[in-house]
Amino acid sequence: MTDNEHEHDHARTFQPDHVEPTSEAARLGLALRELLIEAGHYSVDEEQAMIAAMQGASPENGAKIVAHAWTNDDYKARLLDDGANAIRELGFDLEPYEFTVMENTKTVHNVIVCTLCSCYPRSLLGMSPAWYKSSNYRARIVREPRAVLAEFGVNLSDGVEVRVHDSTAELRYMVLPERPTGTDGWSQEQLAALVTRDSLIGTQRELGGDK
Amino acid sequence: MSEAWGPHDVGGRTGGPVDLAEHDNAYWEWQIDAMVRLALAKGLITDFAELRHGIERLAPTDYDELSYYERWAKSLASTLLASGAITQDELDGKIDAIRRRQKIESSS
Repeated sequence: MTDNEHEHDHARTFQPDHVEPTSEAARLGLALRELLIEAGHYSVDEEQAMIAAMQGASPENGAKIVAHAWTNDDYKARLLDDGANAIRELGFDLEPYEFTVMENTKTVHNVIVCTLCSCYPRSLLGMSPAWYKSSNYRARIVREPRAVLAEFGVNLSDGVEVRVHDSTAELRYMVLPERPTGTDGWSQEQLAALVTRDSLIGTQRELGGDK
Repeated sequence: MSEAWGPHDVGGRTGGPVDLAEHDNAYWEWQIDAMVRLALAKGLITDFAELRHGIERLAPTDYDELSYYERWAKSLASTLLASGAITQDELDGKIDAIRRRQKIESSS
């Protein structure tokens, strides 16, 4: 591709180092994209801004909410009672869906899935991992959650109840992991740094601490 | 409901081990993602249910063989064709143009 061609074809993939896919379905997607841009339905600038916004969301958002709840009992109570409003209270932009935060305890472990598609709290956790969208995870986490969790390195004793939450377009979930011991007096920033994406999904249970 | 499960309705089925490999979106996948969101923002589709409906109506072989964003692309295409926002001729023409372009680039 020459620079000249590039300038004349604004709907083209922007960076030349991004290889275009060659599968039929992906080509269909690119064709659709170029048609919509050329028809003026949206601009390349809008596309770039949207991609930047999507890339900007990360599990750090969810981690901040968790750290806030760990250090503020009143907030934690509000978060568990009405997740959507408590999350908006901290300035996070949630699409207009219900949001429920499920608390892990010594005897309860929560894990989330979307069996029908891929619903995921993207504004709080960023892009979902590929496995979250995979058929094997979606099929089996509701059938044999302990076995699936073991594949993630989470080995639950019989005394711990597993609760699997199936997300929908209107209702999303996030897990509130247990605060690690040995973190008394830690700042919210220090605590947030312990919280991982997988712990917010529920495919990780133990978080670092002490050090 | 007596209808057979759609290909998307996998909850409770059996399956193999979960592939835990992390995967960053390719750039074209971000572009598809952005396109769907912008199509919603601009009113080309009314809600995500419309898109999901298109995905759920994919042939089971398509559902199994297509990657995640390929399913989105197929679904959005069928939705926009049905609504008249684009025509089959326009789409075919553009696909041909991209194919020719890719052929030229791969041989240059």
